[in-house]
Amino acid sequence: MSGKMGKIVEWIDYRLPIFSFLKHLGEYRTPKNLSYMWSFGSIAGIALVIQIITGLFLAMHYSPNADKAFQSVEYIMRNVNYGWLIRYIHAVGASMFFVAVYAHIARGMYYGSYKSPREMVWFMGIFIFLLMMATAFMGYVLPWGQMSFWGATVITSLFSAIPVIGETIVQWLWGGFAVGDATLNRFFVLHYLFPFVIVAVVIIHIIALHIHGSNNPTGVEVKTKKDTVPFHPYYTIKDFVGFGAFFLIFAYFVFYQPNYLGHPDNYIEANPMVTPEHIVPEWYFLPFYAMLRAIPDKLGGVMTMLASILILFLLPWLDSSKVKSGRYRPVFKVCFWIFIGNVMLLGYIGGKPPEGIYVILGQFSTFYYFTHFLLILPLLGKYEKTLEIPKSISDDYAK
Amino acid sequence: MQNKIFKAIYVTILAAVSNLAMASSQLPPKQIEWSFDGIFGYFDKTAIQRGFKVYKEVCQTCHSLKYTSYLDLKKIGFSKDEIKAIASESQVDAAPNEEEVVKKRPAEITDMFVPAYPNEQAARSANNGALPPDLSLIVKARPDGANYLYSILTGYSNHPHANVVIDPGMYYNPYFANQQIAMPPPLSQGLVTYDNNESPSIEQMSKDLVHFLHWTAEPEMEARKLMGIKVLLYLIAFTAIFYIAKKRIWKNVK
Ligand code: HEC
Ligand code: HEM
Repeated sequence: MSGKMGKIVEWIDYRLPIFSFLKHLGEYRTPKNLSYMWSFGSIAGIALVIQIITGLFLAMHYSPNADKAFQSVEYIMRNVNYGWLIRYIHAVGASMFFVAVYAHIARGMYYGSYKSPREMVWFMGIFIFLLMMATAFMGYVLPWGQMSFWGATVITSLFSAIPVIGETIVQWLWGGFAVGDATLNRFFVLHYLFPFVIVAVVIIHIIALHIHGSNNPTGVEVKTKKDTVPFHPYYTIKDFVGFGAFFLIFAYFVFYQPNYLGHPDNYIEANPMVTPEHIVPEWYFLPFYAMLRAIPDKLGGVMTMLASILILFLLPWLDSSKVKSGRYRPVFKVCFWIFIGNVMLLGYIGGKPPEGIYVILGQFSTFYYFTHFLLILPLLGKYEKTLEIPKSISDDYAK
Repeated sequence: MQNKIFKAIYVTILAAVSNLAMASSQLPPKQIEWSFDGIFGYFDKTAIQRGFKVYKEVCQTCHSLKYTSYLDLKKIGFSKDEIKAIASESQVDAAPNEEEVVKKRPAEITDMFVPAYPNEQAARSANNGALPPDLSLIVKARPDGANYLYSILTGYSNHPHANVVIDPGMYYNPYFANQQIAMPPPLSQGLVTYDNNESPSIEQMSKDLVHFLHWTAEPEMEARKLMGIKVLLYLIAFTAIFYIAKKRIWKNVK
């Protein structure tokens, strides 16, 4: 750029480097061997944007009032132009967001993306995950159906397990002596707020990522420029293929199975006098719900559930293997898939009543979940015989 | 020690099995093919209209339909005059007059369906303490709702399973939780007269009611499924084009 324009650009950039930032985006380079498993990051990003936009339109018609909430959602479904579309995109979108994020996390675990020098990227990711869970939980309360009400009651009551101050905290959360109007109101406010906090953490997540760049299927760091391609157009185009596939599944659910991932009871208006037979959270919480119920003691259950997520923070140290990628770790590979299978089993158990075989199974699965992190990963780091890793990304790519 | 473990496993398996047996004491719904099923699902308007007739003449005495307005009937093929006539059969509270007395007036087309009972207490006291639920969303509010509703309506029988004890004021219906329901069998052969050749058997009326109540539960269904086809076709093209573009752009990366 030259002349007057160039001067203006220079003037601005000296004070606020937005043009340097755009230049960074234009020049940002990425390993050339990323598979489609690396699409889930941007897919999760787009899912977040979709939630915010549809949520905004829902909020224009929604009424966060215990007497009106259910009715206002039905009003959206029936009388707002394309209200059904907006609501179904939002409701299905929450599930799709979790699908993307779970795939994204699993990718990170398989390829060791949490290892040096990307620990901060990983930590920000866990914060996003925690915020998402809080957001989705509060969102599910808003339509004020039976599952909304009873789910909120069960989950908020968990805080009463905290010794001494537990009861006080629960009442403080509720804004009264039971889940009610005050609870609904504050959940709406927080449900509106949190996604923007998520956006902020996502930005930090990406800043941290751009310091050292993406990991890749070999786990070998970029050595020369030859190992990389510019993000644009190579990965913009590849991400769009991912978006297309993601939107196809998304649209199938929105248009043909919009309520499949929800619970029929949530089409019954909340009624504090009638307890549903089984209170089950949304599918994406089921593995954690199973771990919560696996421990017979309330406080113990809550601690276990918390620990199951917080343990992810220790992953960079628990997995001490020098080799990053699961591709070159034959035993780890098997353990990884057993771990994934076990989480799915936990999800299955979380959806079943806590009786009979499910109790024992849940306890065993919970035990195994922690065994994977606390025993298997450290031992593998020490004793596993890893395969030979390629010299460089290009070396591997040429094969 | 080992014995104890085996015993524990045995007991839990036993519990699980008996648990299954308990759950299956309520029969799974009968499976019917509906016009509204599947990607090309559509509203069968004549069936919906017949269903509305049965609802109006039979179910309305006990069940409200509070998310549907009289004007909505236009979408299932009633004319404005017909709707006016239907609405005026029910009475609603008029706006208070100058002396603040609330009088009754005939319902207008913009009113919501007028409920049978003014409140929950009235509904309960007229039904032995049981509450007839609002039916607007019933098809969405039960698992496999359409088939479930059909099964409940056609599932009454005078011959309870040997080990089911029917409480007083209850009716045997194996498709309902605990196999007994507080709703007296609402339908009987020939209860309403159909204009066309359709015979008003219990099965036919039940099917028509399902069509009608499915429509009240998701009036957007037809528009949704039509739009879905267009969106899916668009997305298939979108994905294919980007896939081809991706292949081309990446061709030179060695
Ligand atoms: C005499 C009053 C009465 C009439 C008429 C009546 N019902 Fe009911 N209905 C009830 C009562 C009472 C219940 C609650 C049953 C219970 O909870 O055990 C009920 C429950 C139901 C349920 C809910 C079942 C469930 O899963 O909770 C459906 C669906 C239903 N009725 C449909 C109909 C239809 C369709 C008609 C018209 C053909 C109809 N009812 C006519 C009184 C009535
Ligand atoms: C992280 C992003 C978000 C997630 C995961 C999320 C999740 C959810 C979920 C699961 C529901 C219940 C859907 C249902 O069953 O009906 C819901 C409802 C709702 N959300 Fe969100 N949401 C997000 C962002 C937002 C934002 C940014 C807003 C406002 C600007 C918003 C506004 C609403 C409203 C008004 C409802 C109630 C209407 C309804 O239930 O359909 N959401 N949300």
